[in-house]
Amino acid sequence: MQSKPVLLKILDVLAIVLLGVSTYFALVIAPTELVMGNVQRVFYFHIGTAWTALIGFLFTAVLSVIYLVTKDLKWDRYQVAAIEVSLVFFLITIVLGSIWARPAWNTWWTWDPRLTTAAITELIYVAYFMLRQGIDDPDRRARFGSVYALLGGVSAPITFFAIRLFRTIHPVVISGGNSEAQGGFDMTSGMLTAMFVALIAFTVIFIDLYWNRIRLGNLEDKVEQLKLKVTM
Amino acid sequence: MFLQDTPANTDGYMIAGYVISFIVMALYVASIYVRSRNLNRDLTLLEEMDKPVAPVETSQPKPKKTAKPVTKRSGKK
Repeated sequence: MQSKPVLLKILDVLAIVLLGVSTYFALVIAPTELVMGNVQRVFYFHIGTAWTALIGFLFTAVLSVIYLVTKDLKWDRYQVAAIEVSLVFFLITIVLGSIWARPAWNTWWTWDPRLTTAAITELIYVAYFMLRQGIDDPDRRARFGSVYALLGGVSAPITFFAIRLFRTIHPVVISGGNSEAQGGFDMTSGMLTAMFVALIAFTVIFIDLYWNRIRLGNLEDKVEQLKLKVTM
Repeated sequence: MFLQDTPANTDGYMIAGYVISFIVMALYVASIYVRSRNLNRDLTLLEEMDKPVAPVETSQPKPKKTAKPVTKRSGKK
């Protein structure tokens, strides 16, 4: 069994500490929003996970291009790891958004452009894993996966800009607002601090999980190679 | 909710949100751990299977000389 690099161990600890710090800032330091009350506090984790997940999906598209150019399966493993971690983070984003929407919009879900594009993005990457499951040949699987992830990468900027391009009730908290939005709020300095702490914390957590997932991918590859060797 | 003076009581939603976030993250970390443990187990097994097999000795091993049972005669005659 490969031992963990010291830097990864430090990153593991740092990720846990930052998760605690971010939770403290979100629940204690940030002021209570005057209209929505405490449910607004889920916004910090919502935006932290959304930020990292969407960056992760875009990063995946870059990794796909690198794989298609180099044909090195290492890049395929990096891609799978990035998509998996992003998928988990984006699931948290969607669930938190839904929980916030219940008291703010009086519904768990509505087919608003932002929510719809977010759901489509999540489903695109769930389907990515289903596609991979159906292909046995590693090279073919990596090639198909890369093309799919490259096309799927388009969904990330569409999701991000959906609230800026279309009529939507989803608030635009950062860089302007929209008149149709319901549940928007002005950020105080305490809220801004909590938001930036969450952004930093979730970026570090993402990197930590990503590194751990890459190691798992390397191990999977080693086992697969050895299985082929033993059975031949 | 938006017409009231005091903040709405939405504590339950906040708690649910944080609990679900932590559960999802914990489950993912656990899944990485479990998959890693299973793969390490598989790897150990496969490495053992992959080891070159030691040559089997064809000659029969010599039978050990069995010592005769020592019986003590009783000292008294």
